[in-house]
Amino acid sequence: MYGALWRILPGPVWIRIILLLVLVAAAVFALFTWVFPWVDAQLNPINVTVEE
Amino acid sequence: MSESVPDGRRARRAERSTARPKPRVSVVGVLGELLLTAGVLILLFLGWQLWWNDAIMAGQQSQAASELSDQWAEQDRAARGDTPPPAPEDVGEPVVDTTGYANAEPFAVMYVPRFDSEGTHDSARNIAEGYGLDVLNSFDLGVGHYPGTQMPGEVGNFAIAAHRSAYGGGMHEIEQLQLGDAIYIQTKDGWYTYRFRDFEYVTPATSGVLSPVPHHPELQPTDRIITLTSCNPLYSTDERIIAYGVLESWQPGAANPPAEIASVVAEWGD
Repeated sequence: MYGALWRILPGPVWIRIILLLVLVAAAVFALFTWVFPWVDAQLNPINVTVEE
Repeated sequence: MSESVPDGRRARRAERSTARPKPRVSVVGVLGELLLTAGVLILLFLGWQLWWNDAIMAGQQSQAASELSDQWAEQDRAARGDTPPPAPEDVGEPVVDTTGYANAEPFAVMYVPRFDSEGTHDSARNIAEGYGLDVLNSFDLGVGHYPGTQMPGEVGNFAIAAHRSAYGGGMHEIEQLQLGDAIYIQTKDGWYTYRFRDFEYVTPATSGVLSPVPHHPELQPTDRIITLTSCNPLYSTDERIIAYGVLESWQPGAANPPAEIASVVAEWGD
């Protein structure tokens, strides 16, 4: 899976490493911005209030 | 361009590529990689929840609150001109804002010095109407006012809620409150100083804490109290921690903070 990704990336090793880092940064950004807030809202709906 | 590659190097490259066995995609290999990915994702999620989502958002929420506070102070200074604020003995009854605020609209700023991180004054938070995720999980709000409960300074119960941990943790240090600690509430009209009285630990279904007289919906209120609600214990959602405070004084003028925090509030303007 990750081996295939490594082979798909073009260029010499250092370019591939930079591209990988960019991909990882983009993935982390997407996770932090959209995915994790959504997951958290599913796991912990409003949990600081009192209600009947 | 490949023509420029020296023959020897090209040959070595060709050799290398043929020497390397063609990778085989095995079920176990992919499964292993998926499991590793899942592990990394879970660790990332924890990092996000406990660090990014807490520390970073706390900074953004307190920044937003200090900006709103400063904006009200500017408006107040512009409206008042050279007239000095009234002396403490002449302020009369607290002004109660009766504007019907829309959901997620900020109308007050909460500042509790006890909630500050050491050496900073970073615990200010905007208080907005409503307690949905759009308020509590917001980058610029963080504290929600229970609709239907009273407003700052009003006779009855001004009840608010915020996260204990994650999403900026507006009430992270709620259990650190000590008798007499100040809970400052600023609105466009002025500053309300509440003093912390006591805690109560209740189940999430105990809505009686929001009554004008807590737990006694049948009684007519005579006191002006504030009720802070958050989750308890820390990192759990099983219970609610409730902190009650009583209004001590109020000062008209958003640019007229209590003397004890005047220097802190002045920093917010910068």
